[in-house]
Amino acid sequence: MEHVAPPSWVGLAYLAAGVLFIMALRGLSSPATSRAGNRYGMIGMTIAMVTTLATHGTASLLEIAGAIAIGGGLGFVTARKIKMTDMPQLVAAFHSLVGMAAVLVGLAAYLNPIAFGIAGPDGVIEVQSRIEMGLGIAIGAITFSGSVIAFLKLNGNMSGSPIMLPGRHVINLGTLIGIIGLVGYFTVDQSPWVIAVITALSFLIGFLLIIPIGGADMPVVVSMLNSYSGWAAAAMGFTLHNAAMIITGALVGSSGAILSYIMCKAMNRSFISVIAGGFGAAPEASSGGAAKVQRPWKRGAAEDAAYLMKEAETVIIIPGYGMAVAQAQHVLREMGDLLKKAGVNVKYAIHPVAGRMPGHMNVLLAEANVPYDEVFELEDINGEFAQADVAFIIGANDVVNPSAKTDKSSPIYGMPVFDVDRAKTVMFIKRSMGGVGYAGVDNDVFYMDQTMMLLADAKKMVEDINKALAH
Amino acid sequence: MDFISILSVFVMACFVGYYVVWSVTPALHTPLMAVTNAISSVIVVGALVAGAAEGSVASKWLGLLAVVLASVNIFGGFAVTERMLAMYKKKEKK
Repeated sequence: MEHVAPPSWVGLAYLAAGVLFIMALRGLSSPATSRAGNRYGMIGMTIAMVTTLATHGTASLLEIAGAIAIGGGLGFVTARKIKMTDMPQLVAAFHSLVGMAAVLVGLAAYLNPIAFGIAGPDGVIEVQSRIEMGLGIAIGAITFSGSVIAFLKLNGNMSGSPIMLPGRHVINLGTLIGIIGLVGYFTVDQSPWVIAVITALSFLIGFLLIIPIGGADMPVVVSMLNSYSGWAAAAMGFTLHNAAMIITGALVGSSGAILSYIMCKAMNRSFISVIAGGFGAAPEASSGGAAKVQRPWKRGAAEDAAYLMKEAETVIIIPGYGMAVAQAQHVLREMGDLLKKAGVNVKYAIHPVAGRMPGHMNVLLAEANVPYDEVFELEDINGEFAQADVAFIIGANDVVNPSAKTDKSSPIYGMPVFDVDRAKTVMFIKRSMGGVGYAGVDNDVFYMDQTMMLLADAKKMVEDINKALAH
Repeated sequence: MDFISILSVFVMACFVGYYVVWSVTPALHTPLMAVTNAISSVIVVGALVAGAAEGSVASKWLGLLAVVLASVNIFGGFAVTERMLAMYKKKEKK
């Protein structure tokens, strides 16, 4: 099979697909344009797939159609059925598939390099393609195994607390150097064992990198794996000389990297310290151990909360991961509606790291029909707490902890937090007084004069408040 | 395309990605992840090449398997993004 240069319309078609993907992301700058953006993405993907099929022979069209139908059906049904609270797991699972697909494509290209146009008739693969292929497989494998661990942690199949292996930094570094060395060696020796060991080591390091990272750092991990899946696609694009894949890979790679950066900044942690892992490993060992002095706090009832909020002028609601766990977003919106009916100004405040992935809370509130113009980001609303009558905290903890502002020894010191201590009344829904946030630090907000602790399951408590409000 | 042209496309696309992603509103960061997931499955192009090619049975089946995985992502990713985006509504005018 000789390699013929494809007609020029093919290159243009892939370029068009790449541009449509850029427009898909551009659409997300506002909810109003986002759906059109998603359609551009679908058109782009269709163009890329049809172009490939049209130029690469249709001998096995039936098998390919079958493969698309199986995968597509599975994906479509999952997308329809998945609960919005399970979105982080779904995204992690999807990342793992991109990673695995990259590995498989890389191996397929290795086994049949002539079909990919990267080898001469003697089957010797071009040196440059070997590097691209090796890197693509390595990044893909890391994305796969890392995402599988992230999925298991997010889905609760595996403990969310970090698992620390002794000497893990040495092991990780050694593995990484091994992979890079072997990719280098691959340029002079294209034996199967080289590519096999690269693949195996990359699967291993993806696994090792993610197990020491705790649940609270998952937003960074998910974003980082998002980025990796992009770089894997880009590396394969280099191998295939395909503009659509390179553009997309670069877009996705930058997107994930930017999201990781935003998440790290919102926690005031460096990317390196997140990757090093171990955050929130031993809650009892941190300041909580010494500070376990009983401090007075006030317990409130649903009726009291309802009464106070009804009389309020402004209520700011701060949702966190606990709201997602309790599936309380719908009853929370009902509460908001009841309050609005009573003439209260209701706003929602979302911290960048609330939940388990970037934007997690926004999606849940949107699912519950909260209009997006009532939802505000940290920096846009933080100045308003001083005028707010009630700060209503549901399922959040670390993001309202004032010790992030004052206590230099706190593990969350420097993290931007909501100034709820300025609100006239703080209502804090929490299961019990025992637990602490993911960072494992006590929260002074519990013990403030104006704080009312509402101890119950978040959904149950809001339902009770709604009953009281409806009277 | 020679290596330098490919590299140029890549570097330019990184810059485009940087500016486009910074303009995404934080409220849509979850749909952003879902849609980037879907589009990164453009790797299906490589899978289709392998699946359609003759010369190596193993390569063909690896390609077909990759087509299945990438299709889960493409259909699932776009569908779930569509579902999420449909939920974002503005306040109703009274």
